Amino acid sequence: MSLLSVQNLTAHYGATQALFDVSLEVAQGEVVALMGRNGMGKSTTVKSICRMIPAGGTITFDSKDLRALPAHKAAQAGIGLVPEGRRCFPNLSVRENLIAAARPGPWHEATVLDLFPGLRDRLDQSAATLSGGEQQMLAIGRALMTNPRLLILDEATEGLAPLIRQAIWDVIARLKQDTGLGILLIDKSLKELSAIADTAVILDRGTRVWGGTIAELTPEVTNRHLGL
Amino acid sequence: MIPERWLNAALTLGLLAVPLWALWADEPFTITLATKVAILALAGVGLNIALGIGGLVSLGHAAFFGVGGYAMGILAHHAQTFQPMIWGLEGTKSMPIIWLTALVSSGLAALAIGALTLRTSGVYFIMITLAFGQMFYYFAISWPAYGGEDGLSIYVRNGFPGLNTLDPIQFFAIAFTALMLALFLHARLKASPFGLALNAARQSPDRVETVGLSPFRLRLLAFVISGAITGLAGALFADLNRFVSPTMFSWQLSGELIVFLLIGGVARLYGPVVGAAVFIFLEHHLGDISEFWQIGLGVLLLLIVLFARGGLIGLVAGEKR
Repeated sequence: MSLLSVQNLTAHYGATQALFDVSLEVAQGEVVALMGRNGMGKSTTVKSICRMIPAGGTITFDSKDLRALPAHKAAQAGIGLVPEGRRCFPNLSVRENLIAAARPGPWHEATVLDLFPGLRDRLDQSAATLSGGEQQMLAIGRALMTNPRLLILDEATEGLAPLIRQAIWDVIARLKQDTGLGILLIDKSLKELSAIADTAVILDRGTRVWGGTIAELTPEVTNRHLGL
Repeated sequence: MIPERWLNAALTLGLLAVPLWALWADEPFTITLATKVAILALAGVGLNIALGIGGLVSLGHAAFFGVGGYAMGILAHHAQTFQPMIWGLEGTKSMPIIWLTALVSSGLAALAIGALTLRTSGVYFIMITLAFGQMFYYFAISWPAYGGEDGLSIYVRNGFPGLNTLDPIQFFAIAFTALMLALFLHARLKASPFGLALNAARQSPDRVETVGLSPFRLRLLAFVISGAITGLAGALFADLNRFVSPTMFSWQLSGELIVFLLIGGVARLYGPVVGAAVFIFLEHHLGDISEFWQIGLGVLLLLIVLFARGGLIGLVAGEKR
């Protein structure tokens, strides 16, 4: 049974419709890649799931209908979001960013620092003064501190140096291997997504145009829908 | 730059030293001024929780100050006239009971006002809190049972077990202790997960929601704690003057509380202490020279806003991160 089930999702920005009947599912322990070119509705889908914008259709998480819930209730239900652009709390230190988000569960400050040892030396440093890579690690750590069952990573490797990108991919692989988290990944790196995801969904102009297992994601499909 | 911790310790000692010197020099009026500083600083500490940590620019905090003051005034009035209150309840001259009543009643007022006003933000929040403050002000004016526009006089200061509250230094000790407890609470709150989340909600409420926290609830709780502390200060202020009147609800007082924070430093732990001390010092010393002493205050405020955004504490201890 799916941990997250999204059916016929629609969303609007004013009079403009941004999503047209998008459907996707994420099972526990599964990594799903949400792919598409820029402006095709990936982040809008994430914001809809996290209840940050109003949306039509059905969004079910762990058999619970999320549509009536505000964003913080959706997060409390177990959806952890690593938002596009990191978006740490800039005036708080690294430790304070983690503490502010903490909810009871297996993830706490020590386990997050085990995952990101580089943050250990930065604990009392303001988040605004961290490098982009460190901010991304903090954003993932902060999402884990909410002890989610589903982790959504929106462009988690965007704008990072190759070494840092690889470190982030290694962390995601470790999360897949060591935890039962469902993971919804949005990224443009086809090679890395193919290595880590179980299934993929492709959006084009707000519409789901392809869905299947990673093995079925042939060059012909990526060429047609992603222009790769 | 002096570390803020050392500066705070020096300010605490300074606030203690002035009345002790006045006691030695037999200057009871100076002790009363120091008590007034401690009480107004306490009201500012309350506002600093909402404004400094939560970013809530409330122009209606005089409502809570006044509710606390009237809680004291009403209870003491019924005790001194031996008339029962509503439901046959007796009045009291016991400070602990009066403080508890002030904390609860101003906290409840903050809950009701906050539940409505915190659905807005920015200039709307400022104006609606101002409107609520003015509603309380005009209600007090038109409440003849408790003096209306003339207010209520309390003939004898309320009592605290084991202390002679009419002795200025002993009453100062009460106000100083309340201030220290409020400062301790502020410091603990600010470093707690609640305080950190409240601070984060000030910076980016949408991001706070994505970690499962409701900015509205965080702000409402902060507003209630803030209102309750300001209400306690109102009760002590009324006891200091042995008088309550609708001016305790006035928007000028709400503005003065904000001015305390701007002078001392918004979100700085001792910001309201420095602000209240400077305000009372100027009121007393410049007020002796000219009735237009507020012009001096205005110039100081202008200089601080233009050149010292961290307030006087920021000038000495440096900007915060």
